[in-house]
Amino acid sequence: MLSSPFISKPDSVSRIMLTVLLALVPGIAIYTWYYGPAILVSIALASVTALATEAAMLKLRNRPVTPFLSDYSALLTAWLLAISIPSLAPWWMVVVGTAFAIAVAKHLYGGLGSNPFNPAMVGYAVLIISFPSNMTHWLTPIGVGANTLSFADQLSYIFGGHLPNSLTLDAVTTATPLDTLKTQLHLDRPVADIFSMPIYGHIAGKGSELVALGFLIGGAWLMFKRIITWHIPAAFFGMLFATSGIFYLIDPTHYVSPLFHITAGAAVLGAFFILTDPVTGPTTPRGKLIFAAGAGFLTYMIRVFGGFPDGMAFATLLMNICVPLIDAYTQPAVFGHKETGKQEGGGK
Amino acid sequence: MRTLFRFHGGVHPPEHKLESSGLPSARAPLPGLLVLPLQQHIGAKPKTLVQAGDRVLKGQLLARAEGNLSAGIHAPTSGTVLSVGTRAVPHPSGMEDLCITIAPDGEDQWAQHAPFDYLAMPKEELLTRLRDGGIVGLGGATFPTHVKFAAAPVHTLVLNGAECEPWITTDDRLMRERAAEIVQGIEILRHLVNPAETVIGIEDNKPEAIAAMREACANTGIEVAVVPTLYPTGGEKQLVKILTGKEVPSGGRPFNIGVTCGNVATAYAVHRLVHHGEPMISRMVTVTGAVKTPQNFEVLLGTPISELVQLAGGALPGADGYILGGPMMGLHVGDDRLPIVKGTNCVIVKSPQLFPPQPPALPCIRCTRCAQACPADLQPQELYWFAKARDFGRAQEYNLFDCIECGACAYVCPSHIPLVQYYRYAKGEIWAREKEKNAADAARVRHEFRLERMERDKREKAEKLAQKEKAALAQSAQAAADPAPGGGAAQAPAATSEIIAAAAERARQHAAHAQPKNTGNLTPEQQAEIADIEARRAHIREIAHKPTESRPTESRPTESRKE
Repeated sequence: MLSSPFISKPDSVSRIMLTVLLALVPGIAIYTWYYGPAILVSIALASVTALATEAAMLKLRNRPVTPFLSDYSALLTAWLLAISIPSLAPWWMVVVGTAFAIAVAKHLYGGLGSNPFNPAMVGYAVLIISFPSNMTHWLTPIGVGANTLSFADQLSYIFGGHLPNSLTLDAVTTATPLDTLKTQLHLDRPVADIFSMPIYGHIAGKGSELVALGFLIGGAWLMFKRIITWHIPAAFFGMLFATSGIFYLIDPTHYVSPLFHITAGAAVLGAFFILTDPVTGPTTPRGKLIFAAGAGFLTYMIRVFGGFPDGMAFATLLMNICVPLIDAYTQPAVFGHKETGKQEGGGK
Repeated sequence: MRTLFRFHGGVHPPEHKLESSGLPSARAPLPGLLVLPLQQHIGAKPKTLVQAGDRVLKGQLLARAEGNLSAGIHAPTSGTVLSVGTRAVPHPSGMEDLCITIAPDGEDQWAQHAPFDYLAMPKEELLTRLRDGGIVGLGGATFPTHVKFAAAPVHTLVLNGAECEPWITTDDRLMRERAAEIVQGIEILRHLVNPAETVIGIEDNKPEAIAAMREACANTGIEVAVVPTLYPTGGEKQLVKILTGKEVPSGGRPFNIGVTCGNVATAYAVHRLVHHGEPMISRMVTVTGAVKTPQNFEVLLGTPISELVQLAGGALPGADGYILGGPMMGLHVGDDRLPIVKGTNCVIVKSPQLFPPQPPALPCIRCTRCAQACPADLQPQELYWFAKARDFGRAQEYNLFDCIECGACAYVCPSHIPLVQYYRYAKGEIWAREKEKNAADAARVRHEFRLERMERDKREKAEKLAQKEKAALAQSAQAAADPAPGGGAAQAPAATSEIIAAAAERARQHAAHAQPKNTGNLTPEQQAEIADIEARRAHIREIAHKPTESRPTESRPTESRKE
């Protein structure tokens, strides 16, 4: 390069994406421990699909394949999507969701850096709208149900749709703690009663609350590595806590504790890994606060008053729409344009 | 202890200072040839006083400052002027400009020069002497010192010894070796701007320089402030913010907030001029990078890069070019015959090992590392989008012109986008358009004025004609009245007034006819006039479309560089 600067920090998009992938590992590990290795199969399936779709789309768009394929961004989308959907989802669902995320949500909008919507969340939205029943087949965590699927059983269901003869799908899967809560509240069961059900743990779902802890650890590491800033997680949790807290204070028999909401479902994963996607999020610090607070509010509203079990994905997508507006109205003051810049003149 | 403030952002590139800061500075020997570009500062090009064949003495004025925003150029040694003509100068475009070439005679014979008592003269005269002595800011921006220090009084005088760019160690060595002289120079600058406080800002990676300056500043009232090492602390606006907490307003100068800022090397040059009578003919230059023994040299202006590289033991194998200045804001040149000029503080010999080529740029992922690094609180990713989309209006709205081109954004960009190049491109396009618009506006105003003047001329001509006719009529009426002396005297005024009224009516009609109503039946005179108008219009059109000469004072990027 013949123009300054002539040096650059040893950093790259690949390194950033790789760091985020690594940060997902603790959560995935705990997930595997509680729900069996099916999640690893989904992740592998999604990864292969994502890379193949990415390569095909790059070819179609006449873009160089190698530099873009090695940026790991497609892999990250794949992992996030695989984590977001039930690990017992049939193979074709994983493939369809991932391919849609990469081909439509990412490349049709211009590829890396140009997509307005979080591709993983678009993939999730497509799947939950198209195949709602499959999206409720969450595996029961170990120690909760009477039956546990072996790895071979899980594989056989994912690829063949067959369960061992002695078992039905209902015997090995369950609705998520969030979903169960919603259904039971509709049946007018009081909260305390619902929480005595075996799928609930100390704060949220048994097992899932520890998975959330895994993602929290990964998220903290991302902050430490300065991949993400504190703004989005803080504003998201703050708003989710505040909104759920208000309802909880008004009527604790019908609304659950804010601690449950910030631990349950995809809240932790979303706060650290999904809302923090730089491409689809705002760029200004104030914008990040508004964006994440909006997502926190919407997540709660969709969870409690909406038709879907969790609100993370739709809250993210709705806030993605607002990003250009948020950015435009939250531009920080530029050097020399601030009040301090207009102090006393020097003997003019 | 002074309370230090922070500016937003900043980066920590590898310093690479130890390579060249260990050895004491050395005086570079006389080179075989000296090439002195006339344009070595911001402002007007000085006027040449010599021609080829002239013998010149060391320190002799070769080119006189042209106007106030300019500075003199002097012979760095005695010798013969070989040529006055265009040659390649250190410039990003590799362009040629007017240079004076001198063959040294080896005698290094001084012209008459003497120290002078600056306290005994009016400040204006001291400022004029600084200008004629060729003193300009030596931090890289080369803004004429006398212009900067004409604005007085100020509250704070800031001396910039931060030297935040990697690799460069000239100010470090200068402060270590010539602290007392720098302080003497600072005293002269203090005399000029009469500040309530004087503070030298030095980054904490130069403990020896800090110690030396502290010792030299004892009992002078000058404070040495140790500032954290963070690029670009040495940027004028950034250093002023750190030391005073105040921000130079956008588009303004430190003077607007009661501060003047100068480089420590400039203070040293002022000292040499005042206390030794020596104009600006040499400067300290770091020669480093892919050379055998990196070192600082006191170099005569006009010395070719090649001689300096030889002095530093020669380039290492694999060297492939030179950076003049630092790696963050410096200038890449490939020609080692280019001369050292007043703004050259460093020559870095490049090699792929030290400066590996950038990987290909990926799309922006809006990670905002650039915004986190920007010392001007800009949103570089937005500016990049606008520049790329040629949406220059939005780029300006997002304060493109507050960008100091420090390179911090491009340094941290994980997608390796050459951001600063996009900003330079956008600024260049905006300047070009403004220039074009200004030229067109000026042409339009000139054209309208000319139309109006022609109208007025015609009106006046017609009125004059009417007056003449009126006079003639009045005369003939007089003549008609005269042969009839029998007529009553009382009749005469009535007849006269009738005649006048008729004449006025005719004149009005004439005037109406005189308006160019059609182009038929034109007199040769009128045709000539029209041809003349057309020629002028064509000329105006030509001016409006031709890219005009460079505008000297409006080159913003330079203004914001370290001084």
